[in-house]
Amino acid sequence: MSLSARIRADLPGFALELDFDCGTGITAVLGHSGAGKSTLLRVLAGLAPARGEIRVGQTTWLDSARGLDLRPEQRRAGLVFQHAALFPHLSVRANLDYGYRRRPAGAAGPEPVAIIDALGLAPMLERRPDSLSGGERQRLALGRTLLAAPRLLLLDEPLSALDGPTRRQLADALAGLCRQYELTALLVSHDVDEAMHLANDALVLERGRLLAQGRLTDLLADLDSPLSAEPDAGVVLETRVAERHQAWGLLRLEFAGGALWLPDGGQAPGQALRVRLHARDISLALSRPADSSILNILPARVEALREDGVAQVLVRLDCAGQPLLARITKKSAQDLGLAPGREVHAQIKGLAVVA
Amino acid sequence: MDIQAIGLSLRLAALTTLLLLALGLPLAWWLAMSRSRLVVWVHALVALPLVLPPTVLGFYLLLALSPEGPLSALGLPGLAFSFGGLVIGSMLYSLPFVVQPLAQGFEQLPAAPLEAAATLGAGPLDRFVTIALPLAWRGALTAAVLGFAHTLGEFGVVLMIGGNIPGATRVLSIALYDHVEALEYGQAHALAAGLLLFSLVVLGLLYTVLRRPREPRA
Repeated sequence: MSLSARIRADLPGFALELDFDCGTGITAVLGHSGAGKSTLLRVLAGLAPARGEIRVGQTTWLDSARGLDLRPEQRRAGLVFQHAALFPHLSVRANLDYGYRRRPAGAAGPEPVAIIDALGLAPMLERRPDSLSGGERQRLALGRTLLAAPRLLLLDEPLSALDGPTRRQLADALAGLCRQYELTALLVSHDVDEAMHLANDALVLERGRLLAQGRLTDLLADLDSPLSAEPDAGVVLETRVAERHQAWGLLRLEFAGGALWLPDGGQAPGQALRVRLHARDISLALSRPADSSILNILPARVEALREDGVAQVLVRLDCAGQPLLARITKKSAQDLGLAPGREVHAQIKGLAVVA
Repeated sequence: MDIQAIGLSLRLAALTTLLLLALGLPLAWWLAMSRSRLVVWVHALVALPLVLPPTVLGFYLLLALSPEGPLSALGLPGLAFSFGGLVIGSMLYSLPFVVQPLAQGFEQLPAAPLEAAATLGAGPLDRFVTIALPLAWRGALTAAVLGFAHTLGEFGVVLMIGGNIPGATRVLSIALYDHVEALEYGQAHALAAGLLLFSLVVLGLLYTVLRRPREPRA
């Protein structure tokens, strides 16, 4: 199921004007608050008015030229609201059944048993939503939406109200269900790490316009992408656990451009691990420091530099084919004589596991 | 005699409340949801019986419902001095007591559950019945109780358009008035105190039910 949208909607202060396509899988919609992310989801669901065209698979939801504008109940987009929007007067079971009972005849989708099982809802079926925890509420909202067999899943920061382990659990369940049912989903997020966890592709919005679209890993490593201007800019590495060093309590991770040490988080050798290297955590040296406490030092070549604010530059490095971003001061860049082609050593002060 | 009047009042109040709920639900929903400029004027019309003396309402109703009135000209039977006329008069008289709590209940509905229901495939009527009405039950219950209690105690409109026909239009408040006129204070007390006590108990029960439970979590 693919989504293709060319839409214009008027918002207070600016217009949402977007033209994009996306395919099966989760696409992240990134941008600052007020960029129009939530409005985009409301427009797609039919809850906010817009002009233009929206097509999902073979079905046209909106075609202003032909005067076609399906109502929300005709579109049945699976919108999962940031604050769950559960039905407070219905039990968990009745909430789940609401969309399931209204599925059009012949619509293929998951059965309640499968969803209750996948989201761990069985122990709370007879309870009311107001007695559920934040994580339980979001699980229920997601289950209720999936049981309506939506043709497009729209997730409005479904994880933002959650913390720590609950967040990870729901993210894993969500990713699994999207794969299992081959859903097309848009995930609104202002948190790159959350997006990274779930999505491969991304749209970046700014004041209602599409700033960038592409693979999230590419956008994160691209000096011209708006994501690299963020305070938490940085690339993501696809790594594999090569070895567990129990005496030091460290893991050795291998990736295309070399190897990294990571504090042992219990991951098994052979396991795939996505790690995020923030640009602010990478410093550069011309020769390999022999007397540094920093464990992870990778040889790399400077590819490009871009000004980043008044005092800093963002440096894109090539580490045996793997791009890295480093944020250093302009003064350091000048003192080290950094220019494209220059060989350097990237000292990595910290790395974070994404998934 | 008084038993007959009490029975008649109860029948009138029950029928009026049912009809008003049937009419008031869609009207209140429209008042709460519509963006039309007409809304303020319809609100004003609905509120009129709150400020007008019942005699004004009764006077025009009497003209409208009389055998020479416009309704008769349309071929409808003259309803003045009949139970049917009382029902119409009571509906007008109690309209704000039913429509206002309903409209308030609908206005306070959070948008999110209704929007969620729409995206899950529920059409407008489906959403109204399965989401809006159950969530606005406080307004609906208030409307029903106030409509009933208010109709039970009405006097002026009844006197104007119903008169005092035993079994047809001689309701509780008219019977009470008769007793006072005839200086039968004992019977008057029985009716007056009965109505007072009944109204107090019904309203007390209503507010007990409406009282929101204290939040279990701080």
